[in-house]
Amino acid sequence: MTTAGATPTSPVDDVAPLGRAASASFATPPSAATRPPLGQSFKTPLSHRIAERVIQGLAFTAIAAIVLIFVFIAREALPMFWEHGFAEEVRLADLFAPRAWRGYDVPVYMWQPVGGVPKFNIVPLFIGSLKVTGLAMLFSVPIGIGCAIFVALYLPERAREFVKPVVELLAGVPSVVLGFFALMVLATWAQDAFGFQFRLNAVVAALGLTLAIVPIIFTISEDALQAVPKSLHDAALALGARKYQIALRVVVPAALPGIAAGVILGFGRAIGETMIVLMASGNAAVMEPFNPTSSVRTVTATIAAELGEVANGDPHWRVLFLLGVLLFTVTFFLNLASAIVVRRLQRKLSAT
Amino acid sequence: MLHRRSNPLLVLSLAAAMIAACSGRHDRERPGAGAAGSSAAAAGSRSVTVKGSDTMVILAQKWAERFMQENEGQTVQVSGGGSGTGIAALLNGTADLANSSRPIKDRERADLQAQRHTDAREFRVALDALAIYVNSANTIPALTLAQIKSIYRGQVANWREVGGPDAPIVLYSRENNSGTYAYFKEHVLDDEDFAATAQTLQGTAAVINSVARDVGGIGYGGIAYAQGVRAIPIKLESGELVAPTMANAVSGHYPISRFLYIYSAGEPSGVARAYIDFVLSAAGQGLVEGVGFYPLPREAAVPTPAPAPTPAAAGTP
Repeated sequence: MTTAGATPTSPVDDVAPLGRAASASFATPPSAATRPPLGQSFKTPLSHRIAERVIQGLAFTAIAAIVLIFVFIAREALPMFWEHGFAEEVRLADLFAPRAWRGYDVPVYMWQPVGGVPKFNIVPLFIGSLKVTGLAMLFSVPIGIGCAIFVALYLPERAREFVKPVVELLAGVPSVVLGFFALMVLATWAQDAFGFQFRLNAVVAALGLTLAIVPIIFTISEDALQAVPKSLHDAALALGARKYQIALRVVVPAALPGIAAGVILGFGRAIGETMIVLMASGNAAVMEPFNPTSSVRTVTATIAAELGEVANGDPHWRVLFLLGVLLFTVTFFLNLASAIVVRRLQRKLSAT
Repeated sequence: MLHRRSNPLLVLSLAAAMIAACSGRHDRERPGAGAAGSSAAAAGSRSVTVKGSDTMVILAQKWAERFMQENEGQTVQVSGGGSGTGIAALLNGTADLANSSRPIKDRERADLQAQRHTDAREFRVALDALAIYVNSANTIPALTLAQIKSIYRGQVANWREVGGPDAPIVLYSRENNSGTYAYFKEHVLDDEDFAATAQTLQGTAAVINSVARDVGGIGYGGIAYAQGVRAIPIKLESGELVAPTMANAVSGHYPISRFLYIYSAGEPSGVARAYIDFVLSAAGQGLVEGVGFYPLPREAAVPTPAPAPTPAAAGTP
């Protein structure tokens, strides 16, 4: 039994050995503390050992499931590298590099997988995913964190108890509903306000995603801010700091690992979100990385829209699974990188 | 050529419907065991297998459901796979009827003659016309097929260049698993690519919806959906304007329309015959419009004569 694995949202537990000892003493059952240390009391009851094994087993099932999912997706995609039928129809280089197809004057990145000469360039799809996700983060990180700071540090307790559940309620709205809202309401509103040429575009999809991500970033950041010990706050106050100074120089830095975790979770949700982008992005695989007002086609929306009707084992099928593998890999490494960043931050903060 | 129209959600619900249909079949067939295994074309069989065009699979499912409701104990199993797949299944006897969104090819007809020693019997079962939609506020009088092609290829960017108002053109298209997409790409774009900026939407209704809200929008889809948008006439090379009406579609005058067919190997009998009779009946044709196609006009409903070696009987350009 380890109590050292404190939750990432309460980094202060790791700050000092004193804090760790305190949390450990809380974690031991009170009955063990009151009972005299007889020899038998150190022996874990059978039921506890069974429970531990079951929990271990479940944990390993989750890990195994993730590994197996990856294996099965990869198994559908990888035959493209040696399969004869695939090589006959598609050149591997055309998946990534532009090509001057017949009828085009310049090399193009073209995703047009159905037709006489199918064209499977996956670059525009990843550009689309990153563009929408980036824009969504641009909108939702300031809103989510700002909202969290306001609610945690400025709102009176009673108002906070009302506001927080309401924002969290937004996290429970199904993404189809958000997508529909973005498609019907946000798109019209944005076009009227900004005069977009394309009614459905990256900005509209990003706004839809923002609705989905803000509650995630908000709720995790808010928890992290709440977990900062009151003593830090009071000490700063005693030194004569103003409220905004306390917020920005004391509480937010102390909660930074938790806030970073929230942002990363939000990013993961944004890049993996399918329904909202499928409905609100326009789904045109254009190659304009720096134009936020053009339509985009994301990796997830492509898989969702096309996989249902592709013949099993077809080159198109293989490429769609390759998209899945790449998406899986990208998100895995992003999560890994972010976990490392969070841990570094934690260590840096606890060292001071 | 696989004609694909359905989206994933539809596929899921269809799959559910098929599972339901299958389990229903087993319950009913238990008394008369052994009927399911043999080729259902044999007289006396109580089930019929229909395979083919994905464009037609929803329509066929509707027909089958209603047919089974009305004929207790007779079952129709519908599956997709594409027009070519359906006709191939007809050749090797795994299907009794083939749905096809294109007329049968001469080679397929000859193969059927060689393998099954019988001729393909053709039934026109519905009419599908593709209309070109623009926003109601768009004053463009008509477009030629060549203009539509260059618009969707991305070579024309402003309505002014084709005789319309000064507004940028916004392209709306369908997802590439749609039969309508495939048909449009093949017959209007001559199998060249859509412009990358063409937005792909999940159904004809979504296309209409977008065009209705977008002054510069252009879309394509079944005529049955045209509400809140303007379906523009096509200008023929002769300079004549042809509106996407049922009459023009039926006469073959409107250049982007097609018949949908059911083929059988030889004269259908038993349940297959009853099913086709139902499809061509007023009740069967009544279901067609709900799915987005045109019901057959009276004169077209007459099936082509049985020993028809004339492949030109199709009527589509």
